[in-house]
Amino acid sequence: MTNQAAIRERAVAAGLILSMIGGVAFMIAYAKQAAIQWQGLGLCAAFAGLLIAALGWARWVLPYEQVVDLRDTYPQPEEEREQMVEAYEHGMAELTRRRWLVRLLYGAAGILGLAALFPVGSLGPQPDDTLFHTRWKRGVRLQRADGALVKEDDLNVDGIITVFPEGSIGDSQSMTVLLRLPDGVGKNTLGGLIAYSKMCTHAGCPVALYRAADQRLVCPCHQSAFDAANDAQVIDGPADHALPRLPLQISSDGFVEAAGDFPSPVGPGFWEER
Amino acid sequence: MIQRLLLWADDRFGTARFLHHALKKAFPDHWSFMLGEINIYAFIVLLATGTFLALWFVPAHTNVVYDGPYTFLRGDRMSQAYDSVLHISFAVNAGLLIRQIHHWAANIFVAGIVVHMGRIFFTAAFRNPRELNWIIGVLLLFAAMFEGFTGYSMPDDLLSGIGLRIADSILQSVPFIGTWAMFFLTGGVWPPEILIQRLFVLHVFIMPALITLGITVHLMILWRQKHTQFPGPRRTEENVVGSPLFPTYTVKSLALQMGVIAMCCALGAFVQINPVWLWGPYQTWRAISPAQPDWYIGWLEGALRIEPHWAIHLFGHMIPSPFWAGVLLPGVVMLALLVYPFAEAKLRGDTGAHHLLNRPRDVPARTGFGVAAFVFMLALFLAGSDDVQARYLHLPINDMVLGYRIFSIAGPVIAFWISYSLAAELKKRGGVHESERVRLTRTPEGGYEEEPIG
Repeated sequence: MTNQAAIRERAVAAGLILSMIGGVAFMIAYAKQAAIQWQGLGLCAAFAGLLIAALGWARWVLPYEQVVDLRDTYPQPEEEREQMVEAYEHGMAELTRRRWLVRLLYGAAGILGLAALFPVGSLGPQPDDTLFHTRWKRGVRLQRADGALVKEDDLNVDGIITVFPEGSIGDSQSMTVLLRLPDGVGKNTLGGLIAYSKMCTHAGCPVALYRAADQRLVCPCHQSAFDAANDAQVIDGPADHALPRLPLQISSDGFVEAAGDFPSPVGPGFWEER
Repeated sequence: MIQRLLLWADDRFGTARFLHHALKKAFPDHWSFMLGEINIYAFIVLLATGTFLALWFVPAHTNVVYDGPYTFLRGDRMSQAYDSVLHISFAVNAGLLIRQIHHWAANIFVAGIVVHMGRIFFTAAFRNPRELNWIIGVLLLFAAMFEGFTGYSMPDDLLSGIGLRIADSILQSVPFIGTWAMFFLTGGVWPPEILIQRLFVLHVFIMPALITLGITVHLMILWRQKHTQFPGPRRTEENVVGSPLFPTYTVKSLALQMGVIAMCCALGAFVQINPVWLWGPYQTWRAISPAQPDWYIGWLEGALRIEPHWAIHLFGHMIPSPFWAGVLLPGVVMLALLVYPFAEAKLRGDTGAHHLLNRPRDVPARTGFGVAAFVFMLALFLAGSDDVQARYLHLPINDMVLGYRIFSIAGPVIAFWISYSLAAELKKRGGVHESERVRLTRTPEGGYEEEPIG
């Protein structure tokens, strides 16, 4: 019995000593800017030691003790409930004796509440037509993320690149994929070249995967799949409409450029979209 | 010393009676009653590590060129936010450790809330008079999920940027006000120029303040109403039997606290989490695959993947498909959780106060419903990584989507049937609470005498 108690006390002591060692180890590891594994090990040991000590203390050092609490009973006695209601009704009756003043108070509070909402308007601009347009215009040349302009014969069959309107690299609304489809595949191509908005019409992710074997554009976020050979119609997945197609033309000096903006809003749908 | 402080306090505030009862307050002993405390302790870890991180993090989209110690990104253009997270990770002593502990503690925080809620649900601790505390708990769960999302969205790495773009699209899908809300939150441009600053205010001030308030009220109500207990000898609707708050329960709870912190430290030190330097800075046209959110957003991610691709066009307006998974589903789930205590009381015709808990078997229909709801969420959660599973199973992604659509509808039905039957069968057989307890006394003659107790 005493032997067991002694062992248990030593276990608690061992936990406390482990904690001290861990704490010191963390300080040293921190001072020496050691790897985070060493620093974390020290911290972990410091807390794990206390865990062991507290567990042992609760289980073995403290006597087992049970207490019984009586719950407060509620609802509270009827008399007190009545007094409460009475106090409220009395105060309310006094307060609202002048009805027309009360109505004015409601008015003042309502207007002030409405006025307090107005600064919310500073948060952002009101929605304008930015969701309906991109920076593509007739005659705007295609530019890659690295700044290079795109020429007519830059792309091999099955090739795909990401392009922006010249000078707007990174603009999310305007990001576009340019592909070259195999001969005889697809419609509305410009000598095999075709361009679609890169913003997924489901949740706005970049449609960044392309399987050339069946001209399938896939969004890596929720796996919406679009048929690049057929106006980027939705084949699979949660997207609810096709990727808009960017009309293309070739400039007199051989650069690929837009023949206009996307015919419909790019990206995920919104309330004002038709 | 503390003794003198107690007496000093009583001289000024008259606290002796309250503290006397407080120190001897009974806390019923059951391991599952301590699940909720995990969250308090994880939250403390979050506050401590979060304060450290906030001293370094720069909530700005301003473009800079990286020239820190991580050579692979040197010379790359990135936002100040991402740059400062790289700085914390590579240049601040113990910075990466604190960052990883913070992220792990967040995952534990939400997980702890879910497990705690499961305990409350299956033991029916949400019944009158505890409906309000259930509601606060549900709100805390959603607040914690939102807080976690804002947290891992701030570093402006490629993964978080994509997550924000998806969230933005979901916001945009809300009928009537969606476009307005999106413009107000992001300033109307993408990539946004002010979003991280706003996430930062939400993440380090507004949400922590609300969560602290919620936890405080949650605990005050618990204190006032006293803890529930399982039926057993001496335990009635009118009393609470358990360890005294001081010293036994205090030491036990302290042990749990040390355990939670030790676990967070071990995970933070040895298990890498969200290595943002591998994802690279957010660039609008880049994506990574596979891409998954933190686990507690997984059910929404899964729902976005397997939802029907229906858009509704009405009177020249559009409700796009992310509405179903991103707005309707979480709205319905939250509403269902909020009204559950009242709905069950109404359906079962039992609106009276209860302080003795049920066991899961006691009300098979509730248990069946709970398990079915869990399986539904599990199906959505698993669907959130269907692309990864498809790769390992060598199955087409479309088959996976179809499979999870079936799973999410048939799974809950089967789960209800199985768990209902099991609970009903167990109920028929009875259990420890029904068996009679006896005190066994050995007589001087060597025989035994039985005497029922309880």
